[in-house]
Amino acid sequence: MVLKIKDLPNEEYWLGGNPSCHGCPASIGLRIALKALGPKTIMVVPAGCATIIQGAFPKTSARVPLLNIAFAAASSSASGVAAALEQRGIKDVSVLVWAGDGATSDIGMASLSGAAERNANIIYVCYDNEAYMNTGIQRSSSTPIGAWTTTTVTGKMEGKKDLPSIMMMHHVPYVATASLAFPLDFVEKLRKAARIQGFKYIHLQAPCPPGWKFSSEKTIEVGRLAVQTGSWIVYEVEDGVYRLSTPSLPFVNKDRRKPIELYLRAQGRFAKMTEDERGRFMAAIEENWTAVANNQKTGRIFSSR
Amino acid sequence: MSGNYAIAYGAALSRVELVSAYPITPQTSVVEKLSELVDTDRLRAKLVRVESEHSALAACIGGASAGARCFTATSSHGLLFMNEMVFWAGYARLPMVMAVITRSIGPPWGIWSEHTDILAQRDTGWITLMVQTNQEALDSVIQAYMIAEDPDILLPTMIGLDAFIVSHTAVPVDVPEQEAVDSFLPENRVPGFLLDTDEPKTMGNLTYPEWNMEFRYLAEEAMKKAESKIVEVDRKFQKAFGRSYGGLVELYRMEDAKYAVVAAGAHAGEAMEAVDQLRSQGIDAGVARIRVLRPFPKDALRSALGNLKGVAVIDRDISLGLGGIIRAELTSALYGLKRPPHVKGFIAGLGGRDITVEDVKNAILVTTRSVEEGQDEWIDLREEIL
Amino acid sequence: MTLKIKAVPFSTPTLGSGGDTSSWRTERPVLDEAKCINCLFCWMYCPEGSILRGEKVVYIDYQYCKGCGICMNECPPKAITMVKEG
Repeated sequence: MVLKIKDLPNEEYWLGGNPSCHGCPASIGLRIALKALGPKTIMVVPAGCATIIQGAFPKTSARVPLLNIAFAAASSSASGVAAALEQRGIKDVSVLVWAGDGATSDIGMASLSGAAERNANIIYVCYDNEAYMNTGIQRSSSTPIGAWTTTTVTGKMEGKKDLPSIMMMHHVPYVATASLAFPLDFVEKLRKAARIQGFKYIHLQAPCPPGWKFSSEKTIEVGRLAVQTGSWIVYEVEDGVYRLSTPSLPFVNKDRRKPIELYLRAQGRFAKMTEDERGRFMAAIEENWTAVANNQKTGRIFSSR
Repeated sequence: MSGNYAIAYGAALSRVELVSAYPITPQTSVVEKLSELVDTDRLRAKLVRVESEHSALAACIGGASAGARCFTATSSHGLLFMNEMVFWAGYARLPMVMAVITRSIGPPWGIWSEHTDILAQRDTGWITLMVQTNQEALDSVIQAYMIAEDPDILLPTMIGLDAFIVSHTAVPVDVPEQEAVDSFLPENRVPGFLLDTDEPKTMGNLTYPEWNMEFRYLAEEAMKKAESKIVEVDRKFQKAFGRSYGGLVELYRMEDAKYAVVAAGAHAGEAMEAVDQLRSQGIDAGVARIRVLRPFPKDALRSALGNLKGVAVIDRDISLGLGGIIRAELTSALYGLKRPPHVKGFIAGLGGRDITVEDVKNAILVTTRSVEEGQDEWIDLREEIL
Repeated sequence: MTLKIKAVPFSTPTLGSGGDTSSWRTERPVLDEAKCINCLFCWMYCPEGSILRGEKVVYIDYQYCKGCGICMNECPPKAITMVKEG
């Protein structure tokens, strides 16, 4: 039974008129994620854009219980919430961490690794806008090579840290990547995660209009181009078995991918990208697709816990 | 049993539901004992074996927000590493209990007792107790949950005990029966707002200046209420178990004292011995043991010390640039008295150096000699290595 | 009636936590109902939930719409156009 848009619930659990920027992918992602998971969700949100777009006391745009927590502490406090729910015998509530790439890949890396290694029963969504956006667009380890940020004004020199692979190597029950341009795939992945016990990680690309420098109406379009150029690969690893997801299947064939220029030129942050950086950006894409082929051949990459 | 095991049994008897801690010498045996109690089904609790102290307290914060009675323990660098979350738990008004095995801070590395670590948390909004004995350690855990979870209080509580002196020295300890503790300590009253998916609320989002300050005011009001609540709980504990610890400040031979030693923690024991010896030499001295560091027991200390000639404060801590922390807070508390006692500060026992009965006797004698200088005097300083 | 605060800083769910975000618009989306095929893409992608599902077509709630233009950009039959405010 294929999920259709009209099957998504009408009820809103992420309320509008919130302080997010025009076209904010975090706001879109939250609206969709909470439609996927429903009201029996407890959110844990570390410092980042998602903190601010809740609005200010005494108002919040979250219609589910939400714990704001310190920047590095999302995974560990969510572990505590999950443990308490289990201790109190509550089985029908999901714990959802909604964390940016800063909180996930940098300051929160240790607690993320700890929670994954302990197989904490949480759904961890990293909404990746590829920089520290909330503090004004500074680079993170998730910023791609050649991208402008306020702390890499001549373009980032290092490549993008491959978080989903790192999470895979923790051998957790579920790891996936997702795209806002393919929201039903994201919904299905969230619902699948909610049915699994243990640590679930979903890495969502979040194209950010002010940070990536494109006009606000193109948020979804840029996300779609990322997938269509092969730059963002949508897949899942369930119980150690690798599966490329439907949105990325057409682009296994290199010739079917759209030219990378369409993706790069759509964003002002790549305007000053050098030839060398562009080359390394392309090389990284090729390496990722080689890994896809290897993973598909291997099938079961690791045994489940 | 050791002080650490006493703490563990106190937590187990309090029916803690979530324990999350990271090992650090000399705290390790607290959590090891709790793990053993959980694994042998004598304690029904979840253990979250985190990868750092910062995560340990974060897990307790998450757990308490979801309604669990939480416990953790740490020392020194572990406490400093979780400092951000110590403030977080205090400002979030989350009831929970943490044992701090007070240990010196590096560099250089040291594992022995000093109080600077727990005193460095004095601004965080945690009720802070400092125990003298293993028995007091066990009893204080039970009392702490009683105080912390009180709906008028809602403040996390930390309990300090001296590294090795209390944590690792084994003495006979009376372990109350579980039924007796169940009659005394109510079942978990942690509010647990996150449990309520029917009435969703967001905790702690951005709060503009026109709202923010009043939350701290309410926390300060709760601290003030805590003073009388701590005394009340200690009295109730006396009725139920036959033991009490003087509420906020434990007084020893203070009824007719002209001089007093002010101390917190294990070396109050040396002070009591010193006072006994000096009494036989005709010096009317007593001990005021500060049991509660936060809320700082200003009124109790004013009434105990206000009419004395001199007070020797023995700080097993230092705030570089200020001197002894307890001495500084005490003199501030005594401000405004018409005829305040002369307060002489002493720094002792840093890095775990022994504080002996002789040291305390000398401190009292120095105080009686009424030195007018305001500087703290260092006890047993090795001039030859400087 | 001034809100009284409780010990713990809680906020309650409210539409418009960012204030009157309709004032952020420089242009507003306008729907040509005749072209609308009720695919619900705009409803799904709107960051504010300002597109509402109707019987046969969607309709736009301007109370908090920021005029970001995603609905216009994603609409397959191009039923939405952005019109300058004021």
